[in-house]
Amino acid sequence: MPGKIVTFYLDGFRNMRLGRTLWKIILLKLVILFAVVKWLFFPDVLKVNYDSDAARTEHVLQRLTQQNLNGG
Amino acid sequence: MIESIDPGQVNWARAQFAMTAMYHWIFVPLTLGLSFLCAFFETIYVRTGNLEWKRLTRFWMSLFAVNFAIGVATGIILEFEFGTNWSNYSWMVGDIFGAPLAIEGILAFFLEATFFAVMFFGWDRVSRRMHLFSTWMVAIGSNLSALWILVANGWMQNPIGMRFNPETARFEMQDLWAVVSSKVAISHFAHATSSGFLLASLFVIGVSSWFLLKGRHQLFAKRSIVVAATFGLLSALFVAFTGDEHAYITVQTQPMKLAAMEGLYEGQVPTGLIAIGVVNPAKETGDDQPPFIAKVEIPGLLSLLAHRKFGTFVAGIDDLVWGNPEHGVVGVEEKIRRGTLAVTALADFKQARKAGDDISAQIALDEFRQHEEYLGYGHLQTPADAVPPVGLTFYSFRTMVGLGTFFILLFLLFLYQSARRGLEKNRWLLKLGMLSVLLGYVAGQAGWIVTEVGRQPWAIQGLLPVSVARSNLDTGTVALTFFIFLALFTTLLIAEVKIMAKQISLGPEGEAS
Repeated sequence: MPGKIVTFYLDGFRNMRLGRTLWKIILLKLVILFAVVKWLFFPDVLKVNYDSDAARTEHVLQRLTQQNLNGG
Repeated sequence: MIESIDPGQVNWARAQFAMTAMYHWIFVPLTLGLSFLCAFFETIYVRTGNLEWKRLTRFWMSLFAVNFAIGVATGIILEFEFGTNWSNYSWMVGDIFGAPLAIEGILAFFLEATFFAVMFFGWDRVSRRMHLFSTWMVAIGSNLSALWILVANGWMQNPIGMRFNPETARFEMQDLWAVVSSKVAISHFAHATSSGFLLASLFVIGVSSWFLLKGRHQLFAKRSIVVAATFGLLSALFVAFTGDEHAYITVQTQPMKLAAMEGLYEGQVPTGLIAIGVVNPAKETGDDQPPFIAKVEIPGLLSLLAHRKFGTFVAGIDDLVWGNPEHGVVGVEEKIRRGTLAVTALADFKQARKAGDDISAQIALDEFRQHEEYLGYGHLQTPADAVPPVGLTFYSFRTMVGLGTFFILLFLLFLYQSARRGLEKNRWLLKLGMLSVLLGYVAGQAGWIVTEVGRQPWAIQGLLPVSVARSNLDTGTVALTFFIFLALFTTLLIAEVKIMAKQISLGPEGEAS
């Protein structure tokens, strides 16, 4: 049974035509998103700037108790 | 990343989030609706055994695949933005969003790894019924997957089933069922998914109209139109019904949004509905200027739609901002006062905890609990800060409703001409069908503008304004990533349109897998 499932997927991928182009786009997109965009431009700010959850809590509480931050 | 406080940054972060969400919503509704249409087409094939229906199913499935492939992972970008641009918000809602998004992720993974594979690879390799079952599972699963995202969004519009923990600065889930079954979330889900069905129906009609105009694949196109127009009509009626219900719920949960949708400043008994109007851009809350430069009003109708009763009072922007004791409306001014008490009590709690003074901490916590539902208002500078952009919300709402009404007529016309066998003779209708694909996207985007712009300035309704939800980044950083995404999205959109156009021009002879 597991062998049949593997063959099913392998044959499916092998016989793709339009799917080949689409998979290339998906993979290229994932590489751009995760290896370039996320890595270079989208750090998790609180994770990068603070070492512990206690420090992150402290930062967020600081913002929450700081009134009138330029309205909406 | 340079950390600084920059008021312009919040607008760049908003713009980036709006662009990403709007781009994401180009793909999602077509996936939601086209999956069901493929299931309908395949069901007809399995029931009739007619191979023409199989060919038809495979063609629409190939377009579904293109849309899915280009759209997949565009939603992940929103999560990147949460962590970077909206880190305070992200921290505060992690416990609430964790469960729904985890369920969505697991569901999507299993769905895509199993039923998608059978749907695309399984033609002639599994039984007809198994293949049909997989197609239906893809349709149901894709739509259920959307449920969890819309539950999360619904919670932001109507935060229930949670409690704020001042020790951790996080909203903690108290009742998952309350979050999932929230009337805002359910009506959101019903309205958004059915609008996806409507859009996909327009898409099938638009592409089929093109075939008919070109004189290609005529039987194929006519069959597609009959199924799509039927599904589209039912969906459009359901969209209207759920939209009305959604507005009714909005009156109760986000009255300011409804007032902005209607451009209503002063509530009256009864309150009329502005069918068409030109908003006065100089109008501010509390001034004496008229809200409209020109308008066509239907007397009393808004009272009926908002409260299901003629002759009832509907609160306007001025009532909500400045209060209206006669009708029991608490103004933003009073809410700011109570919000300030909540913020002060939270600061006192924090201070007492640091000093190890448990008694003072408990007193401060008790004080905080009394006013916590107004926490966000403590961060507004003036009562007018609670008013969303009225013009944009008003016009977007009318665009959505106007187009929704037009689509009902369009589907009826296509069904009528199909029944009379007059589709090819009415070339204007076929051209209108093609144009309506674009209009379907406009309507969907307008709906999201109403939902998201209309709830400003709140990231979480009443509890967290965007000014506190954002990260402390400099404007340049966010502006740069805005343009990076703009370039990426534009490239992907061009790829989608090109591949889709090629696949359409190949026609049903093209390969589905």
